[in-house]
Amino acid sequence: MRNRLAIGVLLLLIAFPLAAKHWDQLFYVSFASRILIYALAASSLNLILGYGGMVSFGHAAFLGTGAYTVAILMDEGVSSAWVSWPLAFFVSALFALVIGAVSLRTRGVYFIMITLAFAQMAYYLFISLRAYGGEDGLNLATRSRVGFGLDLASDLTFYYVVLALAAACLYLMQRLLNARFGQVVQAIRDNETRMEAIGFPTYRYKLICFALAGGAAGLAGALLANQNGFVSPNLLQWTQSGTLMIMVILGGVGYLYGGVLGAVVFLVLEEALSAYTVHWQLGLGLALLAIVLYARQGLAGLLADAVAGRR
Amino acid sequence: MATLILEQTLNGLQFGLMLFLLAAGLTLVFGIMDLINLAHGSLYMIGAYLVAAVVRATGSFALAVLVAILGTAAIGILLEVTVLRRLYTRDHLSQVLATFALLLICNEVVRLVFGSQPVMLSMPNGLAGPVQLLPGFYYPAFRLAVIGVGLAVAVLLYLLVGRTRAGMWVRAGASNREMAAAMGIDVKLLFTAVFGVGAALCAVAGAMLGPILAVQVGMGESILILAFVVIVIGGIGSIRGALVGALLVGMVDTVGRAFVPTLLRSFLSPAVASGVGPALASIAIYVLMAAVLFWRPQGLFPARA
Amino acid sequence: MRRVGPCRLRYTVLITGTGEETMHRAILAAGLALALAASAEGADQVKVGFISTLSGPAAAIGIDIRDGFNLALKLSGGKLGGLPAEVIVTDDQQNPDTGRQIVDKYVKRDHVDFVTGIVFSNVLLAVAPVVFDSKTFLISTNAGPSLLAGEKCSPWFFSVAWQNDGTPESAGKYTADKGFKKIFLLSPNYPAGKDMVAGFKRYYKGVIADEVYPRLGQLDYSAELAQIRAAAPDAVFFFLPGGMGINFIKQFSAAGLGKQVTLITTAFSADEDIIPAVGEPMLGIYNTGFWNHDLDNPESRAFVAAFEKEYGRLPTGYAAQGYDAARAIDAAAREVKGKLDDSEAVRKALRANTFRSVRGPFKMNRNGFPIQNYYLRVVERDAKGRITNRTLSTVLKDHPDAYAEQCPLK
Repeated sequence: MRNRLAIGVLLLLIAFPLAAKHWDQLFYVSFASRILIYALAASSLNLILGYGGMVSFGHAAFLGTGAYTVAILMDEGVSSAWVSWPLAFFVSALFALVIGAVSLRTRGVYFIMITLAFAQMAYYLFISLRAYGGEDGLNLATRSRVGFGLDLASDLTFYYVVLALAAACLYLMQRLLNARFGQVVQAIRDNETRMEAIGFPTYRYKLICFALAGGAAGLAGALLANQNGFVSPNLLQWTQSGTLMIMVILGGVGYLYGGVLGAVVFLVLEEALSAYTVHWQLGLGLALLAIVLYARQGLAGLLADAVAGRR
Repeated sequence: MATLILEQTLNGLQFGLMLFLLAAGLTLVFGIMDLINLAHGSLYMIGAYLVAAVVRATGSFALAVLVAILGTAAIGILLEVTVLRRLYTRDHLSQVLATFALLLICNEVVRLVFGSQPVMLSMPNGLAGPVQLLPGFYYPAFRLAVIGVGLAVAVLLYLLVGRTRAGMWVRAGASNREMAAAMGIDVKLLFTAVFGVGAALCAVAGAMLGPILAVQVGMGESILILAFVVIVIGGIGSIRGALVGALLVGMVDTVGRAFVPTLLRSFLSPAVASGVGPALASIAIYVLMAAVLFWRPQGLFPARA
Repeated sequence: MRRVGPCRLRYTVLITGTGEETMHRAILAAGLALALAASAEGADQVKVGFISTLSGPAAAIGIDIRDGFNLALKLSGGKLGGLPAEVIVTDDQQNPDTGRQIVDKYVKRDHVDFVTGIVFSNVLLAVAPVVFDSKTFLISTNAGPSLLAGEKCSPWFFSVAWQNDGTPESAGKYTADKGFKKIFLLSPNYPAGKDMVAGFKRYYKGVIADEVYPRLGQLDYSAELAQIRAAAPDAVFFFLPGGMGINFIKQFSAAGLGKQVTLITTAFSADEDIIPAVGEPMLGIYNTGFWNHDLDNPESRAFVAAFEKEYGRLPTGYAAQGYDAARAIDAAAREVKGKLDDSEAVRKALRANTFRSVRGPFKMNRNGFPIQNYYLRVVERDAKGRITNRTLSTVLKDHPDAYAEQCPLK
């Protein structure tokens, strides 16, 4: 049932830009790319937060690192996506590995605080890099080159590339979660002491999960840099980490499409509401508060309940 | 040169003491109620706005501070009773998100009432000029007043927490909440009172820093993160730790802004040196925070038993 | 906190204040009629994407530019070049990220004819590639980064304000002429801040005690003031726009430095947005700027009178910039008879700048920046007892910017 729904949505997403082009609303294709990129970023956070039980308050640092990798490489003359995008993934994953190695030795609220500390360190590091714009940010001369006659400067082409990557990553995430590795990670989330007692090296599993999520966020960052054509240290601010967490909780922590749903709802609401009022964040705050207090499972959870209830 | 060091030391002291005012409330709330409160900075902002509004209406700074303290404490208690009380038993993620939501709501409500432009708040007329501390060395009277207020509050809190019965309950609650409740302390009332005091401290900080910085929406966020750093370094639940941590962070920040760029100027251009100095200071602060979390998570002055 | 996304207030701007609703409907009807009638000819309206800093410590600047722009629009009956104008106003929150997203929408979704209103150079530099790539005209109402004045000048860029270096150049000349020997420089760490220092140093060749670049948006100057005291200069030249300047001057005065050190600055830290906030400590500050409300030419006098009547306060240079922007667009649209699709014609019209600026002599250089005068002013009490600027003399006459030579455009 869920897979059929997913395929249906995918087909819709493939058809959508063609319709947009027909009605000369290409701006919304660009908007959709943005949603997909944040869906990927939020899903990567969902992996560690929802499935891994690791409340990381510094996830924006990996998003920003990936974005900066692409921007800095482009500034130095390397504009091939085949080089910079995988590199963005690996640099972020490595960064996450280092941060995770230290942070995962702590527990509970200390873990939240230490991930925040590392993210802030990264933020100030990029501010100090005046050679790459510092606080004013860095423009990307062009979008990354993919070859094969595809020009990413076209919003339509870029959208399909983003869609392909996001779909692929989500598919891989699903496979990972259903495989042994994912099952172990979820079991650790449920009861780490028991898993340790059984003999699993819980630290190692969590660390790998953390690194993978960091890498995925880095890839999202690379795409975001291309989407915006601009990177700045604001990408790494703690409020950005907060935004990603909001998306995950809105969508549903621990549900496969929680990150996707959260990103869609958040960005669409932002776009729709900000056209009416300057104070749209009031509505967002109230909605978030309501969800945290009364609907902990988020939208995906409510939907799942509704579907289950109907049957 | 000596006066430069003296002046920068006073600056660091002033900044550190203001951080302490914010951190003290935050550490008590975190230590006793185990609540991560991201809306703490919003109380500071509300306090500053109340001061600005009352000064504009009546012209009296002293009256404004009084009204702000009472008003912010009232708002804080209201928040505690309606929303925050439900979060004590929840996990930290829920607390982070719920108080983040409160932060957004507070920002927008203040924007609705006061607008997006910053509100003017000047130093009170009596304190707007310099004071001669040493021959030829003048220091702003208002900043001296800020230092004075900060020290006074520190002493007051020390006496309150260390020498009164209520303070004993606070320390007991920070040390072991369940045991304190078992021993007969009215925990609910204690929590509300602690939160109210924390909010009042925020208002004082807002009144002191408002004239120096600017009273604008979002003014709480940058200082909120620093307050968290301070309480982590100092020890969650410990007021003494908050004081030491705040002074430490204040000094590092001032050194970073004042002396490091001068040092870096010898081999970097002035613009780059000016940018790198404060960034290095900030990185140093967060490295210190991470180090404490890694090696001594309870902080320098652990409150918990 | 910085809002996550842009906030937009979309309205057809005719007049601010009462009567907007009826005027709105009337113009809409007129616009429709015009549209039906003129659909065979060029565009039926002029669409302007107005993006400015309307929140935060520098909000007063963006608000003044917007108010000046709206005033010009109102005085021409809500029309630009004889066509009804639609102006979309959005706040960039002084954030290059946000600015870029807003302008993206302006050019891709709203298909505006002109983008204008930007206050800060770092926002402008982030936004410029998007505007230029979409072949839209960018009319700067404030920011004038040196980066866009030399080799990288663009045929799509025009400024009705100044190139960043111009105002500090005149300040530097004044400082050198007055015989100051030892200067302390203070300017924020972003492109415009560096331009200001570069401009000052182009004319002032004396000793520089120290050069300090605080973070853009910094409000507490205790560290910098201590450094000033230790360096003991004759004067401090500072560029701190908006709320930054207000705080610096107040804290400078509170630190008792006024007795030993003179303050020299630009109009950006001494205009009508700063004076009411600071008050008496402003008296006696010498500053330079391209315009003042006491300039004696008919356009300026009419503008100042209309502005005071509409908004109840004296206009700043920023308001004059916004006012001139609307009139420049109006003149250009009129020149091309509404055919805004013909970019070359619009460009020629903007270059020729056939409108009469409130600043008096005004020619457009080939890199899109003005050739104009810069005046020396001092803050003192006027005949009505108000604290305000009085123009003293012309420091630089018909002054082009230092980078125009490197611009390859004709």
